[in-house]
Amino acid sequence: MPQNEYIEEHIKKHGRRLDYEERKRKKEARESHRISKDAQRLTGFRAKMFAKKRHQEKIEMKKKIKQHEKSTVANQSSTPDDPDGLPAYLLDRQNTNQAKALSTSIKQKRLEKAAKFAVPLPKVRGISEEEMFKVIKSGKTRRKSWKRMITKHTFVGEGFTRRPVKFERIIRPTALRQKKANVTHPELGVTVHLPILSVKKNPQNPLYTQLGVLTKGTIIEVNVSELGLVTAGGKVVWGKYAQVTNEPDRDGCVNAVLLV
Amino acid sequence: MATVLPPPSKRTRREAQLPKDTNVIPEDLPFVQVQFRAADTGLVTGGMTRVPGNSTAKQLELLLNGLLDTSDDPTPYTFSLVANNRAHISIDSDIYTDIIRPKHQTTEDVFTIEYVPQAIFRVKSVSRCSATMSGHGGTILATSFSPKDGTRLVTGSGDGTARIWDTDTGTPISVLKGHDKWVLCVAWSPEADVIATGSMDSSVRIWDIKTGKQLGNAMRGHSKFVTSLAFEPSHLLEENRGIRLASASKDCTVRVWDVASRTIIQTLGGHTGSVTAVKWGGTGIIYSCSQDKTVRVWDARGTQAKLIKTLNAHAHWVNFAALSTDFLLKTGGFDPFSREVSARDLENDRVLLRTTAKSRFIKASIKNGNVTERVVTASDDQTMYLWNLFPNGIVSEEACNSKPVARMVGHQKPINHVAFSADGRVLASCSFDNSIKIWDGMTGSFLTTLRGHVAAVYMCSWSADSRLLASCSKDCTVKVWDIKQGKLYMDLPGHKDEVYAIEWSSDGRVVASGGKDKQVKLWKH
Repeated sequence: MPQNEYIEEHIKKHGRRLDYEERKRKKEARESHRISKDAQRLTGFRAKMFAKKRHQEKIEMKKKIKQHEKSTVANQSSTPDDPDGLPAYLLDRQNTNQAKALSTSIKQKRLEKAAKFAVPLPKVRGISEEEMFKVIKSGKTRRKSWKRMITKHTFVGEGFTRRPVKFERIIRPTALRQKKANVTHPELGVTVHLPILSVKKNPQNPLYTQLGVLTKGTIIEVNVSELGLVTAGGKVVWGKYAQVTNEPDRDGCVNAVLLV
Repeated sequence: MATVLPPPSKRTRREAQLPKDTNVIPEDLPFVQVQFRAADTGLVTGGMTRVPGNSTAKQLELLLNGLLDTSDDPTPYTFSLVANNRAHISIDSDIYTDIIRPKHQTTEDVFTIEYVPQAIFRVKSVSRCSATMSGHGGTILATSFSPKDGTRLVTGSGDGTARIWDTDTGTPISVLKGHDKWVLCVAWSPEADVIATGSMDSSVRIWDIKTGKQLGNAMRGHSKFVTSLAFEPSHLLEENRGIRLASASKDCTVRVWDVASRTIIQTLGGHTGSVTAVKWGGTGIIYSCSQDKTVRVWDARGTQAKLIKTLNAHAHWVNFAALSTDFLLKTGGFDPFSREVSARDLENDRVLLRTTAKSRFIKASIKNGNVTERVVTASDDQTMYLWNLFPNGIVSEEACNSKPVARMVGHQKPINHVAFSADGRVLASCSFDNSIKIWDGMTGSFLTTLRGHVAAVYMCSWSADSRLLASCSKDCTVKVWDIKQGKLYMDLPGHKDEVYAIEWSSDGRVVASGGKDKQVKLWKH
């Protein structure tokens, strides 16, 4: 472990070799030669690692090219794609963001009354108590077993303090706590990383709702204020409901779909 | 052990929190010396006057009307104390509460009090949605009331039609079909006989109001969409010449058309960016704002318009320009509050209409003996400039004063729209930073900020008495503001989506708004 920035310090004091720039340029110029040589010569594990790295790089490059092509096409088209029209003062501005489109489609959806109480995942797999809780032995001789630890991911609200060890019956491990969810809008396919506000309903058990357990099918409330949605009354929309679509304990993240 | 007093009861605590009644005016106030001064001309009226120290604004008004010999037909005034090196202190209730108690001045001093005349009539604020008119198949992009009165409204929409509505009954009158694409702007001729519409299909069309039919063919010439339209003001019209129309377009030109023959008279080129707005001023000047950061001033008094000046002050797109005489030019010969002539009788008498328009314009815009017109330009660089281009009343290239009166800063995002009040004394600017700011229309000094919208404010419109302002915003609401208090007067939710266009009718009875929910709403008292 270097103890200080001694290399930088040395460079600062004494400068670099006189031919540093030239050597660097030459080395960079020969870089492609080295890569092609490696590609032909390497075998075994090193070849595998090399190929993997190269594959990644190529994917990145292709993505970048595609993005670039897309942006130039968008700039060329002078007519915006809004089908219903935009006023003249908004025509040359590129401020139609996802959030706005999102709110519009939410409003249209609301007009269809049937969809009001439907959720994307109507049925969920039952989770037994044995699966949900792990029994923790306590006591001097480890023979008491009234303590439980939740094995699923949980949402724990802001400012939560654990109770004293003696009284804490159910433990929610810190490593399994989630603060944010990847929320998808079903029609637009837009996904945003939003803070969770609360757990509204866990279909398994009302107790799990209280504990904030996140399993597949749980209804959570997410903070959509950064999307800039507004209600018909002209207030900023703060929280919206979403349903968890994955099993967070398998993926390590919470994916949810917005209820519209 | 000492006895602890019991805590005060809930009632006493609540009473202690209430504001104390300190509005008691002492009995033994001495007389104070007062000098009245007109705000616009700066002339002193009637020398020193001794008035009681507890005189109210109403009493000052009576006194001033007496001094000005207008007691038989009194004008309402607002009063403010002229303070050295400070903002003026307005006298809302009486001299004691507004000046003496806050110790702005003592009873020993001479108070110089400025007065500003107010509109005699009073526009009642709109408070409810009286009609929701659906019919348009696309977003409402532009609205405009008839200059004659508030009974006729035209709206342009994203479905390629414009519609004329009767606002008394909330019913449609006719559908103006013809454009292929969105109708971006609509304008009434100042004599209220034809409507012009500009569209995304880069044509301008003229429509007859009575029949709802298109007059002649589409006026083609622009190569890109039309952003703004302006008719020649009616008081500038002459007997032997028909009315002209200026149209601004994204193709960097302004075109001047002859409305009667629907032919192009002239193309005003020179801009290097999209022309965002065009205004035809009361002195025969065309102002055009552009995204090339300039405002061009054209002299259109003769048959051919020529460039007088290019104003290069802005650092980003110029979005909009407003004239201090906008309200007069819009209403033309139809005085919405005139008692003598009913506007409906004037309809067929063009000569009378033009002379009325001329006398109204001169009466309202004359200042120090000169007909002057102030322009304010709003820009994406988050500032506005106030211009008084022809302070001497002479319109010529030499007399043009290209130095701005004021640079107005304070907004934190681009300014989209700016509007002078009907009397031209105050102006309001709407910005994407969710606020509306109110500025002095004469000096350009900042007055107040109106906050309340939670998304970008798109447009605003003044009531005819300049006391109220209606604004529309991305947050789906229309809000009415009280300018004197600087506060929200009425919140009008009801639209289901962004509101793009708003206008307060010139007679003050009705506000029309329309937006993305494809419905036109009428708001009345």
